[in-house]
Amino acid sequence: MKNSTLREIRKTIVKMVHKAKVSHVGAAMSVVDILYTLYFDVANINKDNITSPDRDIIILSKGHSSAALYSVLYHKGLLSKEYIENYSIDGGSLPCHIDKEKSPFFEVSSGSLGHGPSLGTGFALAKKMDKNSGRVFVICGDGECNEGSVWEALMFASTHKLDNFVFIIDYNKFQGFGATNEVIDQTNIAQRVQSFGFDTLVIDGNDLNELKTALTHKSDKPVAIIADTTKGKGVSFMENKLEWHYKSPNDEQLEIALAELEEKY
Amino acid sequence: MRKTFINTLIDLARKDKDIVLITPDMGFSVLEPFFEEFPERSINCGIAEQNAISLAAGLALAGKKPYVYTIIPFLVERAFEQVRLDVAYMNTNVKLIGIGAGFTYGTAGATHHAIEDISLMRTLPNMTVCCPGDNNEAEQIVRQSIENKGPMYIRIGRHNRGIFDNNKIEIGKASIIQEGKDIAVISTSNMLPDAAGYCKKLEAEGRNPYLISMHTVKPIDKTVIEKLVNDGVEIHTLEEHSIIGGLGSAVAEVIAESGKGVKFKRIGIPDTFSHYIGSQKYIKEQFGLYFGEEY
Ligand SMILES: Cc1ncc(C[n+]2csc(CCOP(=O)(O)OP(=O)(O)O)c2C)c(N)n1
Repeated sequence: MKNSTLREIRKTIVKMVHKAKVSHVGAAMSVVDILYTLYFDVANINKDNITSPDRDIIILSKGHSSAALYSVLYHKGLLSKEYIENYSIDGGSLPCHIDKEKSPFFEVSSGSLGHGPSLGTGFALAKKMDKNSGRVFVICGDGECNEGSVWEALMFASTHKLDNFVFIIDYNKFQGFGATNEVIDQTNIAQRVQSFGFDTLVIDGNDLNELKTALTHKSDKPVAIIADTTKGKGVSFMENKLEWHYKSPNDEQLEIALAELEEKY
Repeated sequence: MRKTFINTLIDLARKDKDIVLITPDMGFSVLEPFFEEFPERSINCGIAEQNAISLAAGLALAGKKPYVYTIIPFLVERAFEQVRLDVAYMNTNVKLIGIGAGFTYGTAGATHHAIEDISLMRTLPNMTVCCPGDNNEAEQIVRQSIENKGPMYIRIGRHNRGIFDNNKIEIGKASIIQEGKDIAVISTSNMLPDAAGYCKKLEAEGRNPYLISMHTVKPIDKTVIEKLVNDGVEIHTLEEHSIIGGLGSAVAEVIAESGKGVKFKRIGIPDTFSHYIGSQKYIKEQFGLYFGEEY
């Protein structure tokens, strides 16, 4: 599927991690289609409404994939070029994990896994209490779902009928030190989430049409989206390789990656 | 220092069949040699730190000798109540290996900075707290940890700036690296190379500093501190840690209770989170904690 904006967003991610020589490019490339669809197509978030209690809330709980969020916000005109250029370098403006202080578009600080779902239920509950509109989207990694706290939040959301709460799993099947289902078996994760009281959808999480349909799905229950993704999506040598959770591309790899993205997107 | 830890542990595990290594999904490019040599004693329990700690305590109660390895905030702070009850309160033989001391994970940001851990761990009864300053100290401390029955926290840094302490190390005893006269520089963990630089700076000012590595913050070596106080030696403490509750506080408590006074200064991180973006060295510089020549 050709999409020049998404192509530029992916290229920016690769350039950012290359320049800063930091980790987690694989995690950013798997989640970026979800973030793109949310910010460009689904969510009600812009410069004018960012303090409105009726805005949608997006929480990137897997904060290590921040480069994807930064790049999406930049291409949407919500973060400056300068911020992108000095990402994660001495004296820069954007750290590897999200620091709420750095932009009004960062709803929460994240980087320690397993906090987003509970924070999100807090936002969702406040909306209910004050009868405000807008939905709350929380994005977690599949490895992140090893954390018990994730499930505590899910139990809370369904008990409190938070139908404005959308829980998204970036199901890329890799985590920090192994393949997700080998470390902790979660092959039936969709059934698990469903059994916690969620209206659960399983989709191709790198497909923009499927993402849009799922992210706009309305239900009288909280919604869960199991987004089947590829870690490192878009750059062949990064795809499904654990080491690209850590490595950053060298000059030569950067050129190959950019050329591939140019062709594919 | 992570490599020093794992190589030493491999050595110990060859002799002691009860050693088990547990990681909540950390250790890429570090732990593999252990996982390869002892697959049945290597456990990645998933990104679930609370589970990791209590699982380790259960293993210890059943006679095993577990070492839990992950980044400090997730080891100490995420699972603190599990550490307090299942490790400290029940006095189980669990070794907590925290990586990323201070600002080791500089660019990662405050979620990954480890600047309150000494304070938290020091407050727990039964807990021994070791913060090696270089690979020599780290190796000897890890080696001795197996004899040190009961809860122990070892704070590991990432960068290797060389060996600064060639002494034989004993847990609980300060290591006097350089004898001095009128001032003592007491350092812990990552600050050892900086403490050496800080001493050079003092020498240039005409001072005659002791250089002391307090690789064990708990139990603190009172004898050494009390002797300095008796001799009227000015004391400066250096730590890549909050100024509250860490090495400086531990030393201050000893000085205050000695009934005598000496000039005293704590050098550490003020009561704030770092919102600086940058490497360990850069962030240390912003807080005035960088004194080395080489990094
Ligand atoms: C509480 C906590 N434990 C450990 C880590 C270290 N860590 C960062 S990313 C990661 C793996 C994440 O895997 P997953 O959630 O599947 O996300 P992916 O990178 O695959 O998108 C780990 C263990 C962390 N950031 N927070």
